[in-house]
Parts: sequence; C-alpha cells; structure tokens
Amino acid sequence: MEWSWERIPAEFLVTNVRLCREGTLGRRRGFLHVKKGRIETLGVGTPAHEGLPALDGGGLVCAPGLVDLAVHFREPGFEEQETIATGSRAAAAGGFTAVVTMPDTDPAIDNSGMVRYLIDRGRETGLCRLYPTGAVSPGRKGEAMTEFGDMVAAGAVGFTDGSRPVANGNLMGNALKYATMLGVPIITHPEDLTISGKGVMHGGYWATRLGLPGMARAAEDAALFRDIELARAAKGQLHVAHVSTKGAVEIIRRAKGEGVRVTAAATPHHFSLDHARCRDYSPLFKTNPPLREADDLNAIAEGLADGTIDAIATDHEPHTGTEKEYQFDQAPFGVIGLETALAAGITWLVKTGLLDLGQLIACLSERPARALNLPVGRLEEGAEADFVLIDPEREWTVQGPSFQSRSANSPYLGETLTGMVAATFLRGRLTWRGAAAPGGR
Amino acid sequence: MILRSKDVLGLEDLTAEEILGVIDIASRFRAVFDRPVRSVPIMRGRTVVNFFHEPSTRTRISFELAEKRLSADIVNFSTATSSLSKGETLRDTAENLAAMKIDMLVIRHSSSGAARYLAKVLACSVINAGDGAHEHPTQGLLDIMTMRQRLGDLRGRKVTIIGDITHSRVARSNIWGLTKLGAEVTVCGPPTMVPSGLDRMGVRVEYDLMRAVRDADVLNVLRIQLERHSSRSFPSNREYHRMYGISAEVVQKLKPETFVMHPGPMNRDVEIASEVADGPRQVILDQVANGVAVRMALIYLLSGGDPGALAPAAA
Ligand SMILES: [Zn+2]
Repeated sequence: MEWSWERIPAEFLVTNVRLCREGTLGRRRGFLHVKKGRIETLGVGTPAHEGLPALDGGGLVCAPGLVDLAVHFREPGFEEQETIATGSRAAAAGGFTAVVTMPDTDPAIDNSGMVRYLIDRGRETGLCRLYPTGAVSPGRKGEAMTEFGDMVAAGAVGFTDGSRPVANGNLMGNALKYATMLGVPIITHPEDLTISGKGVMHGGYWATRLGLPGMARAAEDAALFRDIELARAAKGQLHVAHVSTKGAVEIIRRAKGEGVRVTAAATPHHFSLDHARCRDYSPLFKTNPPLREADDLNAIAEGLADGTIDAIATDHEPHTGTEKEYQFDQAPFGVIGLETALAAGITWLVKTGLLDLGQLIACLSERPARALNLPVGRLEEGAEADFVLIDPEREWTVQGPSFQSRSANSPYLGETLTGMVAATFLRGRLTWRGAAAPGGR
Repeated sequence: MILRSKDVLGLEDLTAEEILGVIDIASRFRAVFDRPVRSVPIMRGRTVVNFFHEPSTRTRISFELAEKRLSADIVNFSTATSSLSKGETLRDTAENLAAMKIDMLVIRHSSSGAARYLAKVLACSVINAGDGAHEHPTQGLLDIMTMRQRLGDLRGRKVTIIGDITHSRVARSNIWGLTKLGAEVTVCGPPTMVPSGLDRMGVRVEYDLMRAVRDADVLNVLRIQLERHSSRSFPSNREYHRMYGISAEVVQKLKPETFVMHPGPMNRDVEIASEVADGPRQVILDQVANGVAVRMALIYLLSGGDPGALAPAAA
C-alpha cells in the first residue's frame, strides 16, 4: 500500500525523520510506527516492517504534538474573534495537539455544564485535545468560589479567572487549599491592579517618551510574591500563566529552590519582543503583561534554559481587526500566538544559541504537559500518536491572510521567522499539512 | 523649503534648523500684528478643520485666530467624548475627514499617538494640537520662541521645567526642542510626577526645587492637572505649593534676569503664586501672542507659503 496524504491509513510508518524526545534531538535518522492511533514502535535506523505504507520524512524533525497551557478561545460570547473550531484549526497549524483553554468567555466557564460544553465542542471539532480550566469565581467576579469538585469531575484541569487576577488574597488562599485537595493547580495572572492602574504598556523609557501610562514591573512581582506565599502556606500547586519580568523569574527560582510547588510559563512575545515595539503606537503590540525590556527578555530565556520556567505558552488572545483599530490606549490587550510560537522559539531562542532545538521542543511539549499533569506530550511506545513534523530551517514571512485563526492580531506580522510546521497528527490522523510537508501542500 | 514633512506632529521629529526656521517666520508674522490690517490672503479658498476631541479653549482660539489671519475657511468640530468611552475607531474618524476633502487638519486628542495615526492615513497636512501626554509641538515652539526673544541663542542656557512631567505633553515637546537647540534642561517635580527613563531623553532630573532653579535662565512652570490627580500623586495643593510652587521667596533666590513661563491656564497659588504670575518676571502674555504667530507660521509653511515673500522681522 502506498502512502497518501489524502487517505492516511490506520497503520503506517514515518521514516527518515530525526526523533525529538525528552529534550534531545536524535542525531541519526529514525522512524515512527503508528497503529490505530497509537505509537506502536519507534527508533533509529530503518524499521523492519515490509509492506506498510510509509511517509518519507526527508530529514524533518519528528516531535511530540505541542501542548499550549494558555489559549483564549472566545466561544461562547465572542465568536467574532475566535471559535473553538477556528482556534483548534490555528492550534493544529501551529503544531499543537493539546491546548488548555482559559475561562474568560461570556458566560464564563464557571460550572460543570460549561466545562462539558467545551469538551464536547472540542471533540466535535476533532483538531486538538481541549483541556478546559474553570473560573475560580462565579462570573470571574472575584467574590466567591465556584464548584471546583463538580468541574474537576467534568474534566476541568485547573482554575483561574483568566486574564483577570484574583485580587482578594483570602479567596486566592482558599482556592489554593481547596484545589490541592482535588489535585489540580490554580493558574495565576499575577497583577496588582492597584499598582498597574491605568497602564497600557510597560512602565519605562518608551512609555515616558510616548506619553502613555505605564505598568510597573512591581505590579507583577508583588502579586506573584503574594500568590507564592499563599501556595507555600496551602502546600498547593500554583501555575504562573505568563512570566514577563526578571523579578518574577527570580521569585519563582527561589520558591522552587525552597520546595514551593510552583510551575510557570512564558509567552513567545515576552522573550522575543521588547517595549520599543510600541514606538509607532500600534495596538498589535499591546498585551498584558506588557512587552518589557532587554533585561527581562534575557531573564526569561535563562529561566527557560535552567528550568525555572517550565513551559512556553502562547496566551493566544484573538481580537478582530476593528478592535485593534482604536488608538493604543483604548484598544484591547492581547495578541495571537498559536501559529507563530514554534517559529518564534526557533528564531529567538535556538538561532541565538540560548536553547537547543530539543530543549525548545521540550518547552512546548513534555514540560508543559508535566506542569499541568496532562497525559500528553510524549513520543514513546504505547502513547497516543500525537506528533508533529517540523522543518527547523525553513524561513517564512508572517502574513495576516495565512492565519487559520479568525483574528490576525499578531505582533509578528511582516516578520521573517525560521522554522515551519510541516504536518500535525492527532491520534494518528492528519490535522494540518503545511507548505513544508514532503510533497508540498 | 523649511519643513520636510507634510505634517507637524511633534518636536521629536523636527530638526534644529526646522525649529529655528519656523520661529523666524513666526517672528515676521508677529510684526504683522501691529499693522492696522492683521490678515494676509495666503489661505484664501482653503479649508482647515479644527478637530478638538478634547476641550481646550485657549489652544483652539489661538489656532482659529491664526487661520483667520491667513484668510482660511475654518470648520470647527469638537467631540466631547470622554477618553474612556469607545466610540468610532480612529480609522472611522480618518475616513470621515478624508471624505470631506480638506486642506489641513488641526487635531487635539486625548490619546497619545492619535495625530500620528491620522497623519499617516490622510493626504492633507496634520498639525498636532496636543495628543494625550505625548506632544504639544505648537506650545513647545511658542515657548522656545519666547525664550529666544529674551536669551538669543539657547546653546548652554539653563531651562528648568517644573511640575507634572508624567502627564505633560508640553514638557515632552519642550524637552525635545530645547535639547536639540543645545539648552541644558532640568526637570523638577515630586518623584510621583517624574516618569522613569526621563534621563535617557537628555535631561537632568532634580527633586529639590531650590537646587533645580538656582542657576536657571528660565523657569517653565507646568500646570498641575488637578483633575488627573484625584489619585495620590501629591498630598494636597497646599503641600504642593510649599514644596514645588513658584512663590515670591523662590523668585527672590533666582538670578536677576531669570524669567518665568507658564503655558496656562494657571492654578494660582498652587504651581505659581499670584504675585509671581502678575509680577515683573513673567512672560505669559508674550507666550500667548507668540502662540498665534507660531501657528500662523506652521500653517503658512505647510500650505506651501514662500518664506522669502514675507518681510524680514525687525531685529
Ligand atoms: Zn493573563
């Protein structure tokens, strides 16, 4: 039987690929044997399976399907920005096979019915695994606790109020204690709103020069410090959704050293782009936390290299073109990231020598899966066949119309990046085939 | 050709030559003020839109007078939208303005960067009449013109800007313009009103008022925007005046020739004592007169007026 992209069989081989597992990229070419949605065997050299249809990988990298710990799919409530279907398609195009969704929809994901709804919609769409988080508080109002137990039973993997911090420290402390009993983490967006105030970008030279209100690093550091102390007291697990300051990296490094159960992610835009990008007042660079300074970017890269920061997560936040046509101070916060995350990592971390490709891929697959206890992100015998083929050398220019996401608010528009997703497989089924795939698209 | 760009968005974008060129033309217009007929027909048949998205009586009147003295047709168009309520996008605004086929747009907007955006998408000339806390280039030019009338060349001259630097577009325009002309600029205010990274704009930061004013040739006193300070930038008007207000006692310690500027409107006895505001050191009404002249000069130059056609200013 011949290999065909159009009719991918239930059992097949991927040959002539460099396998990437547990942070290490194999030197020798190898193969993957997929059978009924699972990885039957894998290894170096040529497989001894005669007669199976085989995809010649042509030297591409074969890695576990990528895992994103923070995406904002806007369904229900803001379908004009993104739906579960369009968001899943963007995930597949970015090499992701599993995403953790944030609960800031309208209505919020604050009960088990909503959790089940998301899981069902994700299944129907069938392009990636969708792991919902539930809101910490009903309506994300920060006043009381939602029914964590009921939502965990329905499939919630953690709790967070999404892009809004839990301002009340007592509620946060209780949430951590209660979630610990259920074995799930609380995910924090660390921001002291009384410090960040009306800020719209990083508080520093560029905010001063542009005359825009700034958000001090201390807004993030102080809030994070509070959450870490609460996690220490609760013996709970805290996950930091997005680290943006050098201070936060240091706080996490110290807490980990002291045995606090804290995990963290950083976004590609926070290690690749600095606050000078806001110089033309383009809202495409308006995010929360804001783009910061060179020192912070370096600290994040170091944190990823030494494991202080566990994972790269996109914090994919779609907004329509219209919303990003307001003036900078009035436009909404947030950028998309699913389709550029891998390339941003290769361009700013691997090509610069800060990480090797194996480490980068671990930051996007095994490490995030482990941080939130998700049963995915591994390339091994018996595991489900979620994997991605990557051309790490291929250059491409980011252009709005090519996005699978319903929105195009990418801070990388017009940028030439290195590294392209050739094909994405979920349970052995093709979910994305790009221009870098063998035989083209 | 004095200005390279079709727009005037900030003193950050202008060269020292452009700044001096505009001020030279403005001086010639000031001479016209003393004639019985104060207008020239340069802008006859051309339309200027004054788009004030934020209230400002003084700046608007100054622009209107400048436009009238150049015989332009004027349309005033103001929206009293609060900066927090989202209405039309800037693109909508731009498309509406473009559809009206105007020759020049004067824009005051509460959002930093709004003038720059409109200049990019509109074919007509755009003059920034103040955008958020970013720049207020005509105020900067009239301040510099006033300083030059007293001091001549500003190289090595010491200018101290006092007050709420964080929220002041006047401060930013002054800083860009003055540093380009070689002046030594000191900014002074409480640390809650002096934003980080200011030293990278080429100025000295000083929190002690007496140290900041001692050798100054000019004090440029900013208006405290009381409406923005409900939230804790300074304890009270009384304490502000005691720590940073320009009082008669402060003035006594200045060099005899040092003069005091204020962009108006003043909060009397907060940032400036009444006796100073009305005293012999102030040049506030010169600033106002120069404001009209500077605005005439910019409109004249942006609409293709020939600098050589104007009589040189009397020395
Ligand atoms: Zn967030």
